[in-house]
Amino acid sequence: MQLKVHYYALLREQAGRSEETIETAAATASELFGELHARYGFSLARDQLKVAVNSEFREWGHPLRAGDAVVFIPPVAGG
Amino acid sequence: MRFRFASAPIDAAAGRRELLDGAAGGYVSFEGWVRDHNEGLAVSRLEYEAFQELAVKEGDRIVNEALARFPIKRALCVHRVGDLSIGEMAVWVGVCAVHRGEAFDACRYIIDEVKHRVPIWKKEHYRNGDSGWVNCEACAAAPVHSHDPRHSHG
Repeated sequence: MQLKVHYYALLREQAGRSEETIETAAATASELFGELHARYGFSLARDQLKVAVNSEFREWGHPLRAGDAVVFIPPVAGG
Repeated sequence: MRFRFASAPIDAAAGRRELLDGAAGGYVSFEGWVRDHNEGLAVSRLEYEAFQELAVKEGDRIVNEALARFPIKRALCVHRVGDLSIGEMAVWVGVCAVHRGEAFDACRYIIDEVKHRVPIWKKEHYRNGDSGWVNCEACAAAPVHSHDPRHSHG
């Protein structure tokens, strides 16, 4: 299935892009992160991140569906 | 919308005007400024980046929590994005209430929660030419979690 992934901050720099459409068989957000971590060699591990699907925070076990927009959220630093 | 982003300098006076309320007896605001140093390094400028669609939802939830938790009248938070120079305002929070105590408490609640929960990232550029994403580089260097309070994870 096809998904959209958006990257921010450190992950954007390490992926070398701010978004992409990918073809994946990942069933969950966690599996998708595993694929992308292997592809881009992110310096951040899954446990250091949060994940959002369609602009809402979700658990890592959240099931993915075709057309979802996924964002992995590095440690935040507002203010 | 009680939380919003600004891509130009924050107009605190305009924010304050939005909070004017005849029933309020006190107004408290907080301004976060870009500081010229962090953790021993001289900082020359900052970049703020946000996942705005989720950030405004989460920011709005935080301000609504403050309105539910404290007996205040109105509250608003504005956060900058983009390139900021030393001394510029990065974030502004304003709260008005019948009495001052609740306004101070709610203002503190909002800024503390915004810093920990809203998907905003800060890249520091240092005088020595280096740069780094705050709270991310330390994680990358030391993936085993310490409990350093500076090393916050949202």
